[in-house]
Amino acid sequence: MANKVSLANRNREEIGRMTEHGPLSLHVPEPEVRPGGTPDFSNVPIPKAGSVPRPEVDVDPKEIRDLAYSIIRVLNREGEAVGPWAGTLTDEELLQGLRDMMTLRTFDARMLMAQRQGKTSFYMQHMGEEAVSCAFRKALAPGDMNFPTYRQAGLLIAGGYPMVDMMNQIFSNERDPLKGRQLPVMYSSKEHGFFSISGNLTTQYIQAVGWAMASAIRNDTRIAAGWVGDGATAESDFHAALVFASTYTAPVVLNIVNNQWAISTFQGIARGGSGTFAARGLGFGIPALRVDGNDYLAVHAVAKWAVERARRNLGPTLIEYVTYRVGAHSTSDDPSAYRPKEESSAWPLGDPVLRLKNHLIKRGAWSEERHKQAEAEILDAVIAAQKEAESHGTLHAGGKPSVRDMFEGVYAEMPPHLRRQRQEAGV
Amino acid sequence: MARMTMIEAIRSAMDVSMARDDTVVVFGEDVGYFGGVFRCTQGLQQKYGKTRCFDAPISESGIVGAAIGMAAYGLRPCVEVQFADYVYPAYDQIVSEAARLRYRSNGEFTCPIVVRMPTGGGIFGGQTHSQSPEALFTHVSGLKVVVPSNPYDAKGLLIASIEDPDPVIFLEPKRLYNGPFDGHHERPVTPWSKHPLGEVPDGHFVVPLGKASVRREGSDLTILAYGTMVYVAEAAAEETGIDAEIIDLRTLLPLDLDTIVASVKKTGRCVIVHEATLTSGFGAELAALVQQYCFYNLEGPIARVTGWDTPYPHAQEWEYFPGPARLGQAMRETMEA
Repeated sequence: MANKVSLANRNREEIGRMTEHGPLSLHVPEPEVRPGGTPDFSNVPIPKAGSVPRPEVDVDPKEIRDLAYSIIRVLNREGEAVGPWAGTLTDEELLQGLRDMMTLRTFDARMLMAQRQGKTSFYMQHMGEEAVSCAFRKALAPGDMNFPTYRQAGLLIAGGYPMVDMMNQIFSNERDPLKGRQLPVMYSSKEHGFFSISGNLTTQYIQAVGWAMASAIRNDTRIAAGWVGDGATAESDFHAALVFASTYTAPVVLNIVNNQWAISTFQGIARGGSGTFAARGLGFGIPALRVDGNDYLAVHAVAKWAVERARRNLGPTLIEYVTYRVGAHSTSDDPSAYRPKEESSAWPLGDPVLRLKNHLIKRGAWSEERHKQAEAEILDAVIAAQKEAESHGTLHAGGKPSVRDMFEGVYAEMPPHLRRQRQEAGV
Repeated sequence: MARMTMIEAIRSAMDVSMARDDTVVVFGEDVGYFGGVFRCTQGLQQKYGKTRCFDAPISESGIVGAAIGMAAYGLRPCVEVQFADYVYPAYDQIVSEAARLRYRSNGEFTCPIVVRMPTGGGIFGGQTHSQSPEALFTHVSGLKVVVPSNPYDAKGLLIASIEDPDPVIFLEPKRLYNGPFDGHHERPVTPWSKHPLGEVPDGHFVVPLGKASVRREGSDLTILAYGTMVYVAEAAAEETGIDAEIIDLRTLLPLDLDTIVASVKKTGRCVIVHEATLTSGFGAELAALVQQYCFYNLEGPIARVTGWDTPYPHAQEWEYFPGPARLGQAMRETMEA
């Protein structure tokens, strides 16, 4: 070992003598702040709400390259909706949006607690990112298909999927729609336009493009939406998805949820030297937009723009949602080990629920009293759903999927070797 | 009926399937305008249009990933990976996605795709055009794995694979594309036009998945083979004079265990032959099953004749390739045991 080290050092000195530039060194990016430091997002430029123009959906992608480097924002610090991206939603729609986000947050809180109580093995929450999936869902039409990751349950909540079925899946109980086969939160609902979550990263991105290509092949009107996180854009399937989407101008919206953290790894490790994740789309000629992911109105407006492009057969759009993962990656993660505890409160784009609430109050459509009342109603509804789900069992107690189900559904028809194994298992 | 090469039979299978079912789409590298580097898709784009048969970017993961999405939509994609040696970038899509989609979604989403790929050696393709990766797929629950050995089976099995509700890995022994090959590389190639299994119906027919075929009946020992090795086995039986029963497995997963067990119980001896490397090869699975189900009928140890556990070499192709001499030697030893 000592020999190897001294050899390496000698080579280093020799190389240093041989070139006028000296030896090479490896750059490994680091976040600005680690635990113990003071959170600092002063390097994140936040454009003023309303300052980014809204192009026509059939714009030449070359004309809007700067949208990949800005942030589209609608809600300003005073809670007003301003600029060309405002005005896509009515009071009723915004109230529903607020209710969806509050429901998701309450659902998360209850399920986190259920996990800590041992009622399930694992959970992943959305804290801080509720606007992204809840608002996006409202831009889609029935029949459209999402290819989500594990942090888009807002697509189900905002789409009216029964909470009790989500909980049945989380508890892997006798009513689990997936028969206990999947890790908690890896939902699937064809009817609700929610493709089965894999848990493997980015595989679903190219599948979304394939689904969209199929819709175009069949001269259908339905479109697809792919989802990926900032860290998982580094997977080669991200590149494959963008190549296919670009080549075949597939009717797909490709979403990147940049919540700043891939478990413990800050987004700079996946982003490298490119200015933004959205900018990755530019080399493919795909219109790329960055949006304030904590601004329900902005998310909805940009999603609507991209969905319309896809629907009009104008091709794919890449959207980067700039947001922040307030909670841990999952119940198996402790973020205090790698980022300052105060970082989430320092995040400059605020809390999506609070921002929409303030906006609705500003509009005269909402009040503190009604908000409190809604919180209580939502909590009641979530608790009622949980009670019902728990009456069908939790992971280690009560009703369970049958062991026989373990052998079913591997193939359409059970082949002889599985039949033999099922017999051997005595089920 | 028509005389077909294996290439023509495979093309005919896709043609028939595309004509019968407009949800069948075909794509892959060089597959569209040009018709594939082995010409298996020649003419399909002209006939069915470029939204049903088209060129794909050089991205195996993208090809299979897109096919999975299309299948989830309701199409039946039959995609080509140009060589089995290039399938590895798509392995995650095949193993983690295609194979498990039905199971993990409790049947809400299914994946009726076929991934076709030329497999095996014998063409001086070196390490990147010769591999036989079937065991990487037979190890995966949720997949079906098919290896045809002749034009008739290739067409019938490919149609069955396209019509199958689950993902099928369809490995085409490229050394058999233009004629049977028994390992005697020094001899001239026999074309399929001179072989009875080059006689293939023009229209629709299926060879069911999961059914082996007894290619030669015999009483001395059983040879379990698939793909190119079926002809090597035939040559070895003739050259050794050993009355071998040769079973062409045709489908590795699901496996036709009944046919295997019936044969070994009859002969009492078993030799397994495949081109792929030995260790953890499909032969290991076959040997385990044969000993499990035929232990008291066996009169000697089960032998395996395979490619060596080295990367597939170039200049040493015929020292690597398990030909009739090596197989014959193993058969003689098995008879003496």
